[in-house]
Amino acid sequence: MNEIPLLHILFVSTALFFIGMYGFFTRRNIITMLMSIELILNSVNINFVAFNKYLYPDKLDGLFFAIFIIAIAAAEAAVAIAIIINLYRSHSSIDVEDADELKF
Amino acid sequence: MTANQIIFYLISALVLGSGVLAVTTQKIFRSAIWLLFSLIGIAGMFFWMDMNFIAAVQIIVYVGGIVVLIIFSIFLTQQSGNQMAKPVRNRVLFSTLAVLFGFAFTFMLINQHRFSASSDKLVEPSISNIGMRMLGSGEQGYVLPFEVVSILLLAAMIGCIVIAIKSRPEEK
Amino acid sequence: MTANLYLVLIPLLPLATFVLLGLFGRKYFKNSSGIIGTTSLFVSALLSLVSAYQYFFVDGKVNGVYQQVVILKHTWLQFSPNVSIDMGMILDPISMMMIVVVTFVSLMVHIYSLGYMKGEERFATYYSFLSLFTFSMLGLVLSSNIFQIYIFWELVGVSSFLLIGYYYDKPSAVAASKKAFIVTRFADLGFLVGILILSFEAGTLDFQTLIHRLTAPDSEFLHTAAAASFMGVSALTWGLVLVFIGGAGKSAMFPLHIWLPDAMEGPTPVSALIHAATMVVAGVFLVARLFPVYALSCPVALHLVMYVGILSALFAAVIACTQTDIKRVLAYSTMSQIGYMMFALGVSGYGGEDGLGYMASMFHLFTHAFFKALLFLGAGAVIHMIHSNEMKDMGGLRKKMPVTHLTFLLACLAIAGIPPFAGFFSKEEILTAAFHANKMVYGIALITAAITAFYMFRLYFTIFWNKEATADAHHADSSHHEGTYSMKIPLVLLAAGAVLAGFVPFGKLVTSDGAFLPTEMNPVFSIAPVLLAVTGILLAMSMYRKKNDSPEKISGAVKSVYQASYRKFYIDEIYLFITKKIIFNLVGRPAAWVDKNIVDGLMNFIATATAFVSELIKGIQSGKVQNYALYFFGGAIGFIVLFIYLWK
Repeated sequence: MNEIPLLHILFVSTALFFIGMYGFFTRRNIITMLMSIELILNSVNINFVAFNKYLYPDKLDGLFFAIFIIAIAAAEAAVAIAIIINLYRSHSSIDVEDADELKF
Repeated sequence: MTANQIIFYLISALVLGSGVLAVTTQKIFRSAIWLLFSLIGIAGMFFWMDMNFIAAVQIIVYVGGIVVLIIFSIFLTQQSGNQMAKPVRNRVLFSTLAVLFGFAFTFMLINQHRFSASSDKLVEPSISNIGMRMLGSGEQGYVLPFEVVSILLLAAMIGCIVIAIKSRPEEK
Repeated sequence: MTANLYLVLIPLLPLATFVLLGLFGRKYFKNSSGIIGTTSLFVSALLSLVSAYQYFFVDGKVNGVYQQVVILKHTWLQFSPNVSIDMGMILDPISMMMIVVVTFVSLMVHIYSLGYMKGEERFATYYSFLSLFTFSMLGLVLSSNIFQIYIFWELVGVSSFLLIGYYYDKPSAVAASKKAFIVTRFADLGFLVGILILSFEAGTLDFQTLIHRLTAPDSEFLHTAAAASFMGVSALTWGLVLVFIGGAGKSAMFPLHIWLPDAMEGPTPVSALIHAATMVVAGVFLVARLFPVYALSCPVALHLVMYVGILSALFAAVIACTQTDIKRVLAYSTMSQIGYMMFALGVSGYGGEDGLGYMASMFHLFTHAFFKALLFLGAGAVIHMIHSNEMKDMGGLRKKMPVTHLTFLLACLAIAGIPPFAGFFSKEEILTAAFHANKMVYGIALITAAITAFYMFRLYFTIFWNKEATADAHHADSSHHEGTYSMKIPLVLLAAGAVLAGFVPFGKLVTSDGAFLPTEMNPVFSIAPVLLAVTGILLAMSMYRKKNDSPEKISGAVKSVYQASYRKFYIDEIYLFITKKIIFNLVGRPAAWVDKNIVDGLMNFIATATAFVSELIKGIQSGKVQNYALYFFGGAIGFIVLFIYLWK
């Protein structure tokens, strides 16, 4: 596996990060915005694991961070979905363009 | 080009391709499925890096948990086959510009950076090692973050119930 | 002198009553507040009578001279090692006399108000204000230093303001209270500056030290004060004149008198207490308090006091002849009598035989308090019955209101100076003092005395005789009776005072230097004033006893004089002209222009610019989450660029 330089893996994770970012900016549906966030988190996970593997094989810190991120992402997704359901109850829609009461 | 390289590029293509489709497709259910593929691809990449435990966690939690949760909420909130609303055109333009610029800029910075690898004794990322570290309180022990995360999960669980619960009749 | 610390209770009881009724009166003592106020004041009055007796007849004298004793001294504000503001109580003949007058008249008014103000919505508030006033007035007369007197001076001003504006839903009462407050404030400004000058020159605020330093012939303070001059007049004179301006404002001396007639908008017992017997003589009291300085060090200022006093006395007497509102007649009469007291001080010297005017002035203050309070309370009874202040609505009331009629007559005789009523004695002393000092003043005072007799009996005959009772039968129903006992008793007690107060041997008690001043009645000297007074009474009788047209004829004959007097010699109009035309146009309008266009303009510009800019940029706050995310992302990228490339 050392035939693949670290840079290529970082290219993948960076690309995934900005794909998620694009989704977050353009998607009007709040569930798909949540999916974009999951993509972003996963790109970070790839980074942590790759750094652990390539640069610090004497430690397991990157791996632990990845595990914690997964745990927190699970919690975040659960809360976000509760919020989405609540929003759907009050607005009958999960389009973020409709939820713009907090404006000037 | 060895088999190892080919596998990596294939996995990368799967991750990025299904990621792009996940954020661009107009059907929400398909979007969720593309996300699923992307996450499986990432798990594959972890397998490729010999990080078996984290790959397993990725599949169990993400693929088996979060994506299912998302699909569940899709069923709860709308018709899965519907076309989603088109994004605002101006915003698509600006987002594309911003994201392209951000990507180019970040990758340029990464490219300029010289990473230096540590050459100390290698630690096998085996499940027993991970378990010792996870509940260890000595050097490189992670018992405190472990406990903090467990409290966070509890709080999130209670929070979900409180947020999503229906308001009681006497409050109406 | 023993520690008469119970004296502290005399002012503190009304203060406690004020706090109690002011805080809880409307809720808990809606009906009993009158009783509470009256009881506490009754105790206060008893205490002051006892202490006055103690002072005058037991232990106030040392070697035949009444001493000035400071029985309480508490340093309140220490400005410098030499100058501090104290809170203290001073005992001397005038303060003892004043606390008796104040507590007695105040007690009478409290009792009277039980009947007069019964059923008022703000009964408790009224009593709490009365208590506040009584406290302030007692504090004023007992003050041991000039700054303390200023504090209480302002307090009586405030309570007077509150009580004039008691009927605050009546626009005229509100206007009157504002007028009183503003006019006296202007005068108090002079007072304050005077205090500053005097205390600067004397290096102290304490009365005893100040008087000593500014009168002792070899005092260095006196020399520097007399030497320092401003606009050709010495600093001492300036200080005393300014203090006198303060006193003139409070005592309604010409030309600062315009607030007093309007102040009659307040409830009539208030007029009796504040605007007849106590507060308006505060100016006289102030001059008397600083009298040694005036008499010994600065005769010029004392001359000013004399001229202002005599001018006000005559001026107000003439106006009083033509007014038709009975309370206004009494108000001008008050002003005239205070003018008497002032010029009596003005013609007086310090010590021995020369001090006759001072003694006479205090004597007149004392007797005047009784008969003027009585006149006001009597007028209050009449107004209570008729529900009108106008003379033309009255007439023939002597049968319906026998007690009021009789006491009013006694008071009129007293103020007219008919022997043996109180006013005769005090007026006699004043005239004697004036005769010895200044013949012109004496002449004017005599004329004023005659006019006083005339207008008082004009009032008396118009109210109680003139038209017959049947003329206004609609007022004669059973609901209009003379008033309750609480209204009659003070009338009777005050009438007793008006009859008997003249027999108080003032020459023994209250003199300028505390020593005994022998006085004797000279029957020959009394002939002229009494004769003039009787002439005035007879003239009034012939004109007003029966309804006839002689008043119209006479007023027609001297139409311009009558009109001028009726319009109060246009003083109000002159003030209005000065304030409205001159000050408004020359000062107010340009200031308003600057304020409107430049100050406001600047503010408006800032506000408009802010509104304009925020209108432009408010779109940023769109409420769309993804826009915010974009901004956030852009900002983050911007910061990264900044920190990596530009922040080297």
